[in-house]
Amino acid sequence: MLSSRALVRGLQSGLWRRVSTTSGMKAAHAQDLDVIDCSVPQYNNRRDTPLPDVPFVQNLNAEQKKLKEKEKGPWTNLTKEEKLALYRLSHELSYAEMKKGSDEWKTVIGGVFFFLGFTGLLVWWQRAYVFGDVPRTLSPEWIEMQTKRMLDMRVNPVGGFSAKWDYEKNQWK
Amino acid sequence: MFRAALRLSVSGARSLTRSPPQYAAPLAARCYSHGKQETDEEFDARWITYFNKPDIDAWELRKGMNTLIGYDLVPEPKILDAALRACRRLNDLASAIRILEAVKDKSGPHKDIYPYVIQELRPTLTELGIPTPEELGIDKV
Repeated sequence: MLSSRALVRGLQSGLWRRVSTTSGMKAAHAQDLDVIDCSVPQYNNRRDTPLPDVPFVQNLNAEQKKLKEKEKGPWTNLTKEEKLALYRLSHELSYAEMKKGSDEWKTVIGGVFFFLGFTGLLVWWQRAYVFGDVPRTLSPEWIEMQTKRMLDMRVNPVGGFSAKWDYEKNQWK
Repeated sequence: MFRAALRLSVSGARSLTRSPPQYAAPLAARCYSHGKQETDEEFDARWITYFNKPDIDAWELRKGMNTLIGYDLVPEPKILDAALRACRRLNDLASAIRILEAVKDKSGPHKDIYPYVIQELRPTLTELGIPTPEELGIDKV
């Protein structure tokens, strides 16, 4: 029951992640993006691996190739935009982007509360419309007679029930 | 110096002896394990030599950098200087910038390490034309 609820919540939030979104294949091809070739080294965004096995963009167009050629010369000749472009060719996400959190937790907590509330509604409805009356032993008259009997029997006379009853004044202490 | 502060308890006792040593026994005679412990200077020298290899190839640069970042320390500026020059020899500006980002990330809560490292590396950065992540604006999301 709980796992199917989690499933529904996940689908509703659209958070199923595709394997390929961080792969260099995304930049390389425009075709089927759901499959990555696991037999070749892959790009990854990881804080503990600053230099991944392959650059993010592997198939360079002519303009990018020209930039790569310019990279072989002194880097002081590159403009800031070119340097940034070179960085983005090799890396998908910067460290700041990698470390950024998301607001997913809010969706999760919201979903949890929503379904808890829904369950509460079900429970109330069940109590109101499905269950019959409680047994007569829980009616006020019965409870009264029961309490009288317990006091007469001196139930828990030291620290518990009858200890709280004032037998002289016939009332609760 | 930074590594003494950041190393875990394995070398915790050793950091006590960094300032000042209680006795003149060489570190090799300490009784942690029966192997000889490498000093910080030896560690630095080993890594500088690694990155200073004239014909270092891209794989070795990546492997070296990823391994170095895996250690429980922030590399000394001189090691990073050698690594940046290796990037230059390999015509890889993106890796050079990435290394600087990794150093900042590696410092964790110690916010004063990264500015110090950049300050020490500033001559090299200017000489080679390597921008810092801040100059490119990629330190912010």
